[in-house]
Amino acid sequence: MTVIDPPATLDQARQFGLSEDEFKRACRIMGRTPNFTELGIFSVMWSEHCSYKSSKVWLKKLPTTGARVICGPGENAGVIDIGDGDAAIFKMESHNHPSFIEPYQGAATGVGGILRDVFTMGARPIANLNALRFGSPAHPKTRHLVDGVVRGIGGYGNCVGVPTVGGECNFHPSYNGNILVNAMTVGLARSSRIFYSAAAGPGNPVIYVGAKTGRDGIHGATMASAEFSEDSESKRPTVQVGDPFTEKLLIEACLELMESDAIVAIQDMGAAGLTSSSVEMAGKGGLGIELDLDRVPTRETAMSPYEIMLSESQERMLMILKPERAELARRIFEKWELDFAVIGRVTDSGRLVLTMHGQTVADMPVGPLVTEAPLYERPWTPAPALPGLAAKGVAAREPIAALKQLVACPDLASKRWIWEQYDHLVMGHTVQRPGGDAAVVRLPGRKKALALATDCTPRYCAADPKRGGAQAVAENWRNITAVGATPLAITDNMNFGNPERPEIMGQFAQSIEGMREACLALDYPVVSGNVSLYNETNGSGILPTPVIGGVGLIDDAAKAVTLAFKRAGEIVVAIGETTGWLGQSLYLRELLGREDGSPPPVDLKAERRNGDFVRAQILAGAVTSCHDVSDGGLLIALAEMAMAGGIGATVAAPQDQPAHGFWFGEDQARYVVTCRAADALLQAAQKANVPARVVGKTGGDALTLAGGNAISVAELKHLNEAWLPAYMAQ
Amino acid sequence: MQAAIILFPGSNREQDVHDALKRATGKEPLRVWHRDSDLPKADLIVIPGGFSYGDYLRCGAMAAHSPIMREVKARAETGTPVLGICNGFQIVTEAGLLPGVLLVNRTLRFHCKDVHLRVETSQSVYTRRYNAGQVIRVPVAHHDGNYFADKDTLDRLEGEGLVAFRYCRSDGEIDDDANANGSARAIAGILNEKRNVLGLMPHPEDATDPLLGSTDGQGFFASLAEALA
Repeated sequence: MTVIDPPATLDQARQFGLSEDEFKRACRIMGRTPNFTELGIFSVMWSEHCSYKSSKVWLKKLPTTGARVICGPGENAGVIDIGDGDAAIFKMESHNHPSFIEPYQGAATGVGGILRDVFTMGARPIANLNALRFGSPAHPKTRHLVDGVVRGIGGYGNCVGVPTVGGECNFHPSYNGNILVNAMTVGLARSSRIFYSAAAGPGNPVIYVGAKTGRDGIHGATMASAEFSEDSESKRPTVQVGDPFTEKLLIEACLELMESDAIVAIQDMGAAGLTSSSVEMAGKGGLGIELDLDRVPTRETAMSPYEIMLSESQERMLMILKPERAELARRIFEKWELDFAVIGRVTDSGRLVLTMHGQTVADMPVGPLVTEAPLYERPWTPAPALPGLAAKGVAAREPIAALKQLVACPDLASKRWIWEQYDHLVMGHTVQRPGGDAAVVRLPGRKKALALATDCTPRYCAADPKRGGAQAVAENWRNITAVGATPLAITDNMNFGNPERPEIMGQFAQSIEGMREACLALDYPVVSGNVSLYNETNGSGILPTPVIGGVGLIDDAAKAVTLAFKRAGEIVVAIGETTGWLGQSLYLRELLGREDGSPPPVDLKAERRNGDFVRAQILAGAVTSCHDVSDGGLLIALAEMAMAGGIGATVAAPQDQPAHGFWFGEDQARYVVTCRAADALLQAAQKANVPARVVGKTGGDALTLAGGNAISVAELKHLNEAWLPAYMAQ
Repeated sequence: MQAAIILFPGSNREQDVHDALKRATGKEPLRVWHRDSDLPKADLIVIPGGFSYGDYLRCGAMAAHSPIMREVKARAETGTPVLGICNGFQIVTEAGLLPGVLLVNRTLRFHCKDVHLRVETSQSVYTRRYNAGQVIRVPVAHHDGNYFADKDTLDRLEGEGLVAFRYCRSDGEIDDDANANGSARAIAGILNEKRNVLGLMPHPEDATDPLLGSTDGQGFFASLAEALA
């Protein structure tokens, strides 16, 4: 077979982001110099985004198995068993680079992509979450980026009718040139009806469904694998354009087809489009694929093979069907007014063969494209250890004055302005809405519910990546626990700078190490994930941000508790040990302008013990509200409970430690709970070897420090709610 | 009572209203695809929320010209109750079953949150279990819910008691802050002259389950179940 087009050059390879070694490797695999189209395919398959070439050796260290795990990393999304024949399918994915260049479409297509990863596997998406990181509020671009990203996420999620139930949003100057937009989707399927991507059955038809292919997003995966410089604006053409209406139709059509036995394998066309979907399907099945590119539905004329293969046009899927069911499938997709085209067939040749206008335009071995992708053990250096900070050596501020400043700071201010722009109620199962520790979404027709949260504390990760990695997992586990659910598994989204710099690779390696320890100690395996590297502009990287998206289960949604104080006269109990750890605290940063010290230690045994205790108390009906203690410390947690319930409290710090450390230290493994009478709870805690201390009593319309100052709940609410809307209105 | 829910490509709150109707009536509503030529016999026709045809043209404009809407209009004229919620309200106004139009919210943003509504009339199959003046709390979730009509139309709606719901404060007072989308005269829902067609932006169907925060929408579906039994 003769392949047309002249051989590609090393210069072209470099433009595509391949190194000289990688180009040579491609030539060796081919037994000749690849042509332009083939080189394009190599470059996207071997991009950091698709190949995980810098991260794979580290990702392998994460625990990915467990009694609940049906399918771990490697498929479109992770699958866990949630009982009764039900499975939860979920994953988180970044759309960082495109969202900085074009925030609306970048964020919107991020949501679209992650939805497809989940319904591809046979699940109806039932919840979306997101984790957002923006630059300093004072940076001139930040407001525009917040506005566009929020509109984009809302525009897409609201239209497809999947509730956006939770997430997080932080601001820090390290994200000035590289914002982070991480989107997570959770879907529900029958555990006996999961769909995978491995091709099977030589001769079976390869079907293209969904939207038409255009010239948008070509080389998006390559862009996402490089640093930004001043000219990143010129990369706007590599950002895709989303069409949530088509996505909605695609969801309904795919789920309708999945009711039948027609599908052999299915894969969405995400990063690297038709290239990665066809290569991955063939690779996993150990087979080959032939595609006739003349049959690919296009919306622009005269598209080249290279453009068709590398387009990242959205809302497209690739399927392999049983031949006798192809007509049934065609009728379903025509009902939903979507394109349906047989574009090729599965072969046993082990090769990807592309034809167009009667000529062979590419012919390359599938196996080596995947298995011989470059893999790097990049050099890394550990982050220098930072000293602890004793509260005694940190300036003390009057606690109520400090509280007023903290509740209004960008990281702690209410994000209501954001989540009210997301439809968080559609589908009618949102038991706990955004704003709490975890969202609670009941499963249709069942009593049980999933608890969902995303977490990361990047300033901890920067100061001590290992501790920060462990803390992200632990805080996520704690948030799921705080509503009464049992944490089951996580997805991770690893956002870092340039891995070719040893200190960045060190952040990555050590974060993984911390995550690994926490996942093992908490029985919280990683079932899916995504890596986003090169989040740098002109050599300046982001804070290391390994975001954890967690899924937990509660058997009876009616037993879940919220953080809101429920009524006056209840006892407020702090669970867990408070040493007054101020290193890397928000108190230090927001009041004293310091970002120093080591972050709080993560005692995973205590984390587990305290969490298991709290969950048991919630499920036994012994506590009326519960909130985890994290950013800002104990007084912030109390203020948040008061604001949510519209009820005040009188609270006291012990005499034997500095008040600012007690109220604002960020020791881990802590919760605040309320109960009608504390005796039984305190006794049970003592028996379980869990530190518990009465800190006050609910009531009144102010948060009052015994023997000290007070602030009305109304003023707290005003301070907490005012910042973001006022900032966005400027 | 047999309800039929009309589905357009892009409808997305059909399950919510389906569940609320089933809870209130015990009977499974029918689902009718917009291209089905026959509209089955039904005591209530529901056009649910969503983004029909992506709302890429004016909200509801494409769906309003769908063939099945001719049949819906014919049924409405013979007195069959027709309920349009959110995108359904936009569709029935575009189809001419109700006067006025839904403009973009005055904030130019999508809003999903609980609001308070004052029930303005109990004289309809949708509101008979409420008292006029009663305040209920239900969610809204829309980008284009800013009701607009000319002065004569608004005067006529008010004069004939066709305003069904208004946005209000928790104490029932009408004020500008409580009217987040900027609707004319704080109108959240209206009836036609025959009082059988109701369009409203809020979602009573998402306030019918104690676990979900409010049960104030139960009266709405209990009214229908009672009136159309």
